[in-house]
Parts: sequence; structure tokens; C-alpha cells
Amino acid sequence: MIDPYKIRKDFPMYRNKIQMQKHPLIWLDNASTTLKPDPVLDAVSLYYTNETSNSHRGDYDLCFNMDKKVLETRQTIGRFLNCQPNEVVFTSGTTASINLVAFGYGAKYLKKGDEILLTQAEHASNVLPWYKVAEMTGCSVSFIPLDKDGRLTPDNLRKVISKKTKIVAVAHITNVLGYIAPVKELAKITHENGALLVLDGAQSVPHMKTDVKDLDCDFLSFSGHKLCGPTGIGVLYGKFDLLCKMEPFMTGGGMNSKFDMCGDVGYLEPPLRFEAGTQNLEGILGLKAAVDYLMKIGLDEINYYEEELKKYAVKELQKTNNVTIYNPKSEAGIVTFNINNVFAQDAATYLNSRGIACRSGQHCAKILIDYLGVVATIRASFYFYTTKEDIDALVDAVKNGGNYLDAYFN
Amino acid sequence: MREIIMDHYSNPRHKSNPDGEGFISIHSSSVNCIDDIDVFLKEKNGVVVDAVWNGVACAISTASTDILCDLVLGKSVREALYLIEQYHHMISEEPYDAAVLDEALAFMNTSKQAARIHCATIGWDAMEKLLKEKK
Repeated sequence: MIDPYKIRKDFPMYRNKIQMQKHPLIWLDNASTTLKPDPVLDAVSLYYTNETSNSHRGDYDLCFNMDKKVLETRQTIGRFLNCQPNEVVFTSGTTASINLVAFGYGAKYLKKGDEILLTQAEHASNVLPWYKVAEMTGCSVSFIPLDKDGRLTPDNLRKVISKKTKIVAVAHITNVLGYIAPVKELAKITHENGALLVLDGAQSVPHMKTDVKDLDCDFLSFSGHKLCGPTGIGVLYGKFDLLCKMEPFMTGGGMNSKFDMCGDVGYLEPPLRFEAGTQNLEGILGLKAAVDYLMKIGLDEINYYEEELKKYAVKELQKTNNVTIYNPKSEAGIVTFNINNVFAQDAATYLNSRGIACRSGQHCAKILIDYLGVVATIRASFYFYTTKEDIDALVDAVKNGGNYLDAYFN
Repeated sequence: MREIIMDHYSNPRHKSNPDGEGFISIHSSSVNCIDDIDVFLKEKNGVVVDAVWNGVACAISTASTDILCDLVLGKSVREALYLIEQYHHMISEEPYDAAVLDEALAFMNTSKQAARIHCATIGWDAMEKLLKEKK
């Protein structure tokens, strides 16, 4: 059972009583980024105070220690996702991970006549790299229709997938609507048609147990900073045989086995092949601490707790009769709504004046807006340290939403 | 002041596409917010004869841009640039000439909501660029 009050003692942003607009901070923008607990900060700090060294570049103890720690992080991520350590590629985040698959695999193997399938609910970073691949190779990008609630269903994938389809790239949890995609079934349909399933795990990996073997996805991306880790570090998981087929997106030091003046170059095996240059070592160490922290709390517990928060928030917000909620039925801890008759951005400023951090706008899913039929929404997103009191504060603010210009005159 | 903002937000006077020839225009949008507007200016013999804007915008950018159009109409390019400069001083909490700002004084508290400075200035920055072309 999650006790958010006990958990908050680990988070300096809470312990230090950080305020916004002279109100205690109410952080409801976890789909954007998350607060950091002490073990993560300690791991990052320790790298600079006691452990500074590069990795795989020397023969001395500090460097050996760093290599060991980088490997331990791969092993930890392997346990976290149920994959092999050599299937874990470090990147700067989800965006870099998806770009690596798009350019390393998509641009190499796709050709004219091939098709990439996405949905309208995808984040920009799971749309624009594929547009680029289409531009480079002449393949096409199509969209799997969503059902009336905005959900991706196996039936709808079945309707549009064909032998032309080579890649299906979808979010495990969408960042605006928060539906959990039925990945196992999607993977089965995708594989039956000879295509690959590229999963965007940015919003799912931090919030629920992810077993890549059970899901049978071919690639999975996630970011460290959305699961209490540092910014600038993320992971691409790929099935090892697929990683072996992939081109490096960047070349340079640390990823080659040999090269000569004739241009003869040998690359290292994955995952090192994709990690050119000195890596974000503080980030790697911080990521390990974050993943250890989450596993200690328990991903199933986190998932259950957030579902409860979501139900509570939807129920309480609806009671105000002053909101339109666009995803009351979705499972994840994301509520996307508008205060009636208030433009989303004006509402978000008003929430800021009450110390509440929510996101307004299109949330990087600009093509979803056609589906929702509104120009912008407010998104409140929860994590395991969110309390019912946080939600009560949001609900209380929403009740007075009509006076949103108070933000300017108080 | 609240009423001024709500009034221009609910009933913007100058939110339309330009009527007729001779306008110059500029597009403004932002990665940080939803605001996505076009501002149009028609100048003749050094005087602003028409100013309109159109697009998607929140209450603050709608009202501030609309009030701006009110203020620059009939002014010389030099006067218009002066009042925009004074507005920027006000937003940045620097000394400013309040006499020329009229209804735009409703935005004097914008600096308290730093995230909204962009909304209160998006139309003004655009108009300033257009006016400088005509200087």
C-alpha cells in the first residue's frame, strides 16, 4: 500500500516546502516530468564527488569501477523490463530512442510501397521521426483509427494492417488520453503481418510493470526523467537480433572495433554500437538509482494507486459541474479537461496562481486536437507521491475557475 | 481592469482578416503555448490607417493584441512605436509613460505571472516589427 506522505520525505522538492505563487507546490505535471528522490540525487552527486571517471577508456580502478556500474545499470534495467543487459541501449531519452529506431532501422530497411502505421494520439516524437523516414525512403505513413473514446483497439489495427505494413509504432500509454494499449494483441497481429511493433513507453514504463518478453514488442523506448531519474538519459530496448541488424545513428569513439585510412570500419556489437562518445554517466548512475527506487516501491502498487487517484479525480471534478473531461474512462493517472468557458492556457495560469502545476495546450500531440475537437486542454497527471489533497486543491480551484483573471489582480 | 480584459476577450473589435489591399502582415506563434496569430497593418503617409489581427489566442493575448490595435489606429508610426516601447517597459517593471497606454494599463501585473509575459506581448512584438518596416 502506497503511503505518499512517507514517500514525500525522500523528495527534497517536498521536504524543502517549495512554493509557487506563495502557495505550497502542487505538482500535477508528472506526464511531463517527475520530482527526484534522494537516492537519485545522491547517485548523481557521488559520481562527481567520489567516482569521476570515463568508462571503457582506461586501466585504472576508477575507470574499472565505472564500467562495472554501467554494466550493473544495464542489468538492473534488464530485470526491470525482463530483457538481457545487452538489449539495453542508453540514449538521451525517448525522443532519441525512437529516432535511433527510425533512422537505424526504418531508414535502412523501408522502401517505396512500404507503410508505417501510427495513431492520431501519438506524441510528436513518435510521429515526426517516421515522417522523416517516409521522406527519406518513399514509404508511406498511415493512421490506425481510434475508437469513439480515443482508444486503440486490436480490431482497428486488423482493419488497416496489410503486407505493406513494416512498422507499427504506438504508445503503450498515450500522453493526452492515458489509455493503456492492448500491446500483446497488437504485437500478435503486427507479427502475423510480418511487421515490427515499436512501442513508445514514455508514459507507461514509469507507471506500470513492463515485461518486454510477455508483451513481445520489438522495440521499447522510455525516458529517465519521467520515472524520478535525471534528465538527458533514457533507454532503447530492442530484441538483440534486431539491434544487430540496425545501423548506428551516430558514429565515433566507443562504438567501433577498428578503423583504418582506407575507410574500413568495424563496429562493436550492440548495445555499444549505438553509444558513440562519452555517455551521460551521471545520468546512467541516476537512472539505476531511480529504477531501484521504483522497484522497491513496486510497479503494481504504483499502477493500482494511480488508478485510484484517477477515479477519485474524475469523480470529484465531475461533481463541480464546471469541467469537460475528455478521458474519464482511461486507466492511467492522466486527466485531460477544460474548465467550462475558460481557455486552457488562461486556466493553467489561474492554477499557477494557486500553486498548482498543470500543463495546458496540445501536449505535443497536435494531430489529436482534430479528434478532440478543441484547440487546447489542461492536463493533470499523477504519480505515486500525489495525494488526494493535491486533487482536492485542483478541484477547489476548478470550482472558482470562472474568476480565472484573479491570477492577474490579486 | 479585469472588465477591460474580459470585454476585449469576449468582443474583440479588431479580430478579423484585413479588408482590402495595402496591408503588410506577420505571423507569430510559440512552442510554449497555443497562441498562433497573424497581425496586419496598413500605413499611409506615416500614419496607421488600419490594424487588425486574427488567429487562435488565450484571453490575455486576445485582449492585449486587440487593445494594441485600438491604440495604434490613427497614430503616426513614430507615436505607435513609442507606445509599444512604453508597454514593454511596463511589462518589464521598468519606469514607463503611463499616459500613452490607456486600456493597455490593464496588463501592468503581467510580470507577477511570468509565464504569461509572452501572451501579453505576442501581438505587440509582431506589430513593432511591422511598424519598423514602415519607419
